[in-house]
Amino acid sequence: MHLSELSLFSQGILVSAALVLFTSFVMLAQARIQPLIYAFAWQGALLSITTALVALVSGHTHLYISALLTFGLKALLIPWMLYRLTRRLHIQYDVEIVAHPSLTLLGGAVLVVFCYYVALPIAQLSTLVTRNTIAVSMATVLLGMLLMISRRTAVAQVIGFMSIENGLFFAAVASTYGMPMIVELGVAFDVLVAAVLFGVFFFQIRTSIDSLDVDRLNRLSERGE
Amino acid sequence: MSPLILAYVAVAGALLSGVVALAADRFPAALRAGSFSILGIAGVTAVAAGGWALLTGTRTTAQLPFGLPWLNWHLRLDPLSGFFMAIVGIAVIAVSLYGPGYVREYERDRHAHQATPDASEPQARNSLAALGLFTGIFVAGMLAVLLADDAFVFMIAWELMSVSSYLLVAYQHDNPANRHAAFLYLLLAEIGALVILLAFGVLAGFGGNFTFDAMRAAHLSPAWASLAFVLALFGFGMKAGMVPLHVWLPEAHPAAPSHISALMSGVMLKVAIYGLIRFVFDLLGHPQWSWGLTTLAIGTATAVLGVLYALMQNDLKRLLAYSSVENIGIILMGLGLGMIFIGTGHPVLGAVALLAALYHSLNHAVFKTLLFLGAGAVLYRTHERDLDRLGGLIRRMPVTAFFMLIGCFSIAALPPFNGFVSEWLTLQAALQVPALSSGVLRSIIPIAAALLALTTALAAATFVKVYGVAFLGQPRTRHVAHAREVGLGMRAGMGLLALLCVVLGVVPTLVIRLISPITQGLLHLSPAGATVRGWLWLTPVSPHVASYSAPLVVAAMAFTFLAGYLLLHRRARSARRSDPWDCGFGGLNARMQYTSTAFAQPIRRVFAPVWQIDEHVDKVQTSAARYTSMRHHLHVADWSWSAVYLPIGRLVLAAARRVGRIQTGSIRIYLAYSFFTLLLLLWLIT
Amino acid sequence: MADNLNGWLWAALQTLLFIGGAPLLAGWIKRLKCHLQNRAAPSLLQPYRDLAKLFAKDLVLAHDASWIFRVTPYVVFGAMLLAAAVVPLVAIPLPTAAIADVIVLVGFFALARFFQALAGMDIGTAFGGMGASREMTVASLAEPAMLMAIFTLTMTASTTNLSVAIQYILNAGLVLRPSFLFALLSLAMVAVAETGRIPIDNPATHLELTMLHEATVLEYGARHLALIDWAGMIKLMIYAVLISNIFLPWGIARHLTLPGLALGTVAVTAKLALLAVLLALWETVLAKMRLFRVPQFLGFAFVLSLLGILTHVILESAL
Repeated sequence: MHLSELSLFSQGILVSAALVLFTSFVMLAQARIQPLIYAFAWQGALLSITTALVALVSGHTHLYISALLTFGLKALLIPWMLYRLTRRLHIQYDVEIVAHPSLTLLGGAVLVVFCYYVALPIAQLSTLVTRNTIAVSMATVLLGMLLMISRRTAVAQVIGFMSIENGLFFAAVASTYGMPMIVELGVAFDVLVAAVLFGVFFFQIRTSIDSLDVDRLNRLSERGE
Repeated sequence: MSPLILAYVAVAGALLSGVVALAADRFPAALRAGSFSILGIAGVTAVAAGGWALLTGTRTTAQLPFGLPWLNWHLRLDPLSGFFMAIVGIAVIAVSLYGPGYVREYERDRHAHQATPDASEPQARNSLAALGLFTGIFVAGMLAVLLADDAFVFMIAWELMSVSSYLLVAYQHDNPANRHAAFLYLLLAEIGALVILLAFGVLAGFGGNFTFDAMRAAHLSPAWASLAFVLALFGFGMKAGMVPLHVWLPEAHPAAPSHISALMSGVMLKVAIYGLIRFVFDLLGHPQWSWGLTTLAIGTATAVLGVLYALMQNDLKRLLAYSSVENIGIILMGLGLGMIFIGTGHPVLGAVALLAALYHSLNHAVFKTLLFLGAGAVLYRTHERDLDRLGGLIRRMPVTAFFMLIGCFSIAALPPFNGFVSEWLTLQAALQVPALSSGVLRSIIPIAAALLALTTALAAATFVKVYGVAFLGQPRTRHVAHAREVGLGMRAGMGLLALLCVVLGVVPTLVIRLISPITQGLLHLSPAGATVRGWLWLTPVSPHVASYSAPLVVAAMAFTFLAGYLLLHRRARSARRSDPWDCGFGGLNARMQYTSTAFAQPIRRVFAPVWQIDEHVDKVQTSAARYTSMRHHLHVADWSWSAVYLPIGRLVLAAARRVGRIQTGSIRIYLAYSFFTLLLLLWLIT
Repeated sequence: MADNLNGWLWAALQTLLFIGGAPLLAGWIKRLKCHLQNRAAPSLLQPYRDLAKLFAKDLVLAHDASWIFRVTPYVVFGAMLLAAAVVPLVAIPLPTAAIADVIVLVGFFALARFFQALAGMDIGTAFGGMGASREMTVASLAEPAMLMAIFTLTMTASTTNLSVAIQYILNAGLVLRPSFLFALLSLAMVAVAETGRIPIDNPATHLELTMLHEATVLEYGARHLALIDWAGMIKLMIYAVLISNIFLPWGIARHLTLPGLALGTVAVTAKLALLAVLLALWETVLAKMRLFRVPQFLGFAFVLSLLGILTHVILESAL
């Protein structure tokens, strides 16, 4: 089916899916903590818009609830918590030096092509409107991992982790119009708990090693210095 | 009479020019007047033979009763070899016009044996006879490679070409750097030749014998075909200067006398490209798309790295040599696209890509030869190759400067000059990706095309640097300030090529019509769409998809100039001359100009990981706050040397040491080796 | 043939409108910026007056200026004139659009830039060399991003001919294409870099060490400067027209009829005026960035256009 034959809402799904991918790249490129949190919030918001559009096109009403939940949790609550944390830790203006930013971005682009290649057989089996976005959701997961690999501060790593979760949720929506409600609620609750725990954890790391740089944790290894 | 006869005449003429030059040590005029004019005639004949084969689209074959008893020499002239023969011929004509003036340098040095041992200056005691002889053999070798129709003749001609060019690189052997460059060149050329031989061996194994006809008829399994392709790509790529096999190129090309550098960079690399095209598209046939992807990837890397390395050079000839690497990359990209399109079943688009590669081969031969001849002219008059010691030559050598400017335009791919047409065609070929069904290819090829755009833009920066630093501004040294224009012959050689740059750029449709028999011969179809709207419009795929009209661009430019002249220039009073802005400090001098190093600095910083940069500032401090002197050291090196060659070298040495252990020096032990070998062999036989 | 001739005539008229209107656009942006920055705004026609004044002045050349220096203004202007002739402004069916496609358009810009950089180095002052070096650096980073953005467009419309491409987009009607969104953003960023606007370069400054574009034209005066300035305005307008007519082609005349052309003129004027507001806002909000931040800016533009290609392949292809 050609793009121009789809309804405007279906096209809207594709656009917002592309924008979700875009926010992943923005996070990958962003060196400062606060804009990183904003980008994460935007990703959550776009994800909920995508979900709502999917709900509209497919007529699955339970997806509206998922969209609302995503918006409340991932676009508002968790970013707000992270934001408050960074302020309390006085790291909101920290700039992290990313080694080879352009190479990381290009690596991200290669990942997207790879995801496309991997997801192609799956997409060909599917008949849903969202089948083309499966590759994008996979890419979101992998880009989240890339973010965790390329960063050293704990906050950025947590955001990477949350972004992976975003990607998984997106994958569920794209491939099967969402998981059963009870699973989604459970996952959402888990993410929230994780965010709270991470907050406590940050303070612990900070008091014990005086920094949020996870590379310092290497010192804990048995081999010592 | 057939084109093949003309081609024999060309080869014989080139050889004869070498023989005539033997008298040059006693009578220098023999080289200047005799040898070069015969070489020029050989060039004209080569162009005629090639043009004939191209225009008629015929293929003529012959068997000569030489060679091995069971394998006579097979020769053949078809449109593809005709095209490359014409390329060689054009460059040879230009060189034979230019050469007589240029070699005076070496004559003068023989007579007035002044002791100014500058690394770049030609030294005394060089034999003119050797120069002329090897030049003749070199040209004859290149022409013979193009004529070969069996692997045996091909390899003999190939070796003639390699060895004679090695001797030419080593011509100024007083300089240790040149000897080193020549050795490196010979070593890598021989490795490359061995690999090519292996590639032919694979084909001959399936085809039954060493004639190209048998190889064409051979049916290879995909795995064996891929093996043959990889060997051919490696072997021909070694000669063509493919990254990372290019290290010899920037060493060897500048070391030779400038007109030889022009032939090596402009033409010999094209002969390697010819070999690759002949092998992949003709002998192997049916290219697979994965080969294309490999070639495209290597070509892209070659283009980008080549131009980045070129940008960092301060030595004019070395810079041009690196820029040849870049252009080979662009040609390889075109070939790679061609293989991808043909391999995925789109031969029409493949023909467009192949056409782009062929066109770029022709263009690069023309403008690179021009630029090397120009660099030679500068070297001849100023004895400088270092850009940072030149400057302001547009006022001292106006004609050379004008021709160099045309060369710079062409290589920087500016419309309406020739370099632009072929790069545009390559990009157009890349743009046809929507025809491919594989999404991965559809997303990778545009990236390669974007890198081609990066290459083009960086090439423009490189040649702004070359021209701006060497020819514009103020002279930086005394020599340069007193340079004179070169003689008529040298100007004519450059002028011919500059004219071709313009013609090939302005009427691309005619050129494409001329070279379409090649695709007809290789793919059995011709890109008829390219000229469907007449000579004025170039439409590679169809008029609806893309079109370009260079003659109209020229007309519009001429119109602007005319309007500017009539409306502005003629009415105004003549310009008053004044001092430029100097911030009010007064006294601008030549040392305040931007140097070549300074010009490249922003790009050096942006792409820093590409080079091995050693940059530091030495300060001699006398007291806490005073420096007596500061020196800035900058050394920018090529990664491939330390990343690829040194490890291989170490490996070879280590292996040699291991093997060396069996050499004990005792004759009895050696006898024992022979004895055991004999036993082993006897056991194997029975 | 008469129909054909008619087309060429309209194309010539449109080109005249293009180069005639370019100073107006520049004046409008300047006015908007003044208003936004609480300064007294000059008249809309001020650029015309400036040009007229420069054309009337007597020429002064530096002692060392060679013929390249004198030729450059004409080449730069000619290249922009050609580019303007190729870009559909008010009507699509232009015979001139076939002279050059988008890639050749990029080539025209490269030609102008090459000459300007040479002219900068011609006199032999440090500023000229500095400007030339920086201009070529920025351009070499901008060109791949621009080409990728163009690729996104051409992969959808499968043509590089601007007339045909715009026709295709008009015929397709309103389609939300994620790839176009990225291409638009990327092209806008490239346009900002290529036309020397904030945050890459500041068109209003003449402080020697921060100049990019201005440094190469420092030695120019009188009619030469007028031509170069005018060419700069045309270049800005070309980018603005490209962005507005490719991504929002509605209103452009499909046939050469008077009402259609009138509507096309009104539409393109409205689109350009709106785009100018955005540019003025952007330039007021942002500050000029360091030269070595520019690669990141353009690298991001490249990633955007890369995403454009990828989303085109992944999301917009029919399975």
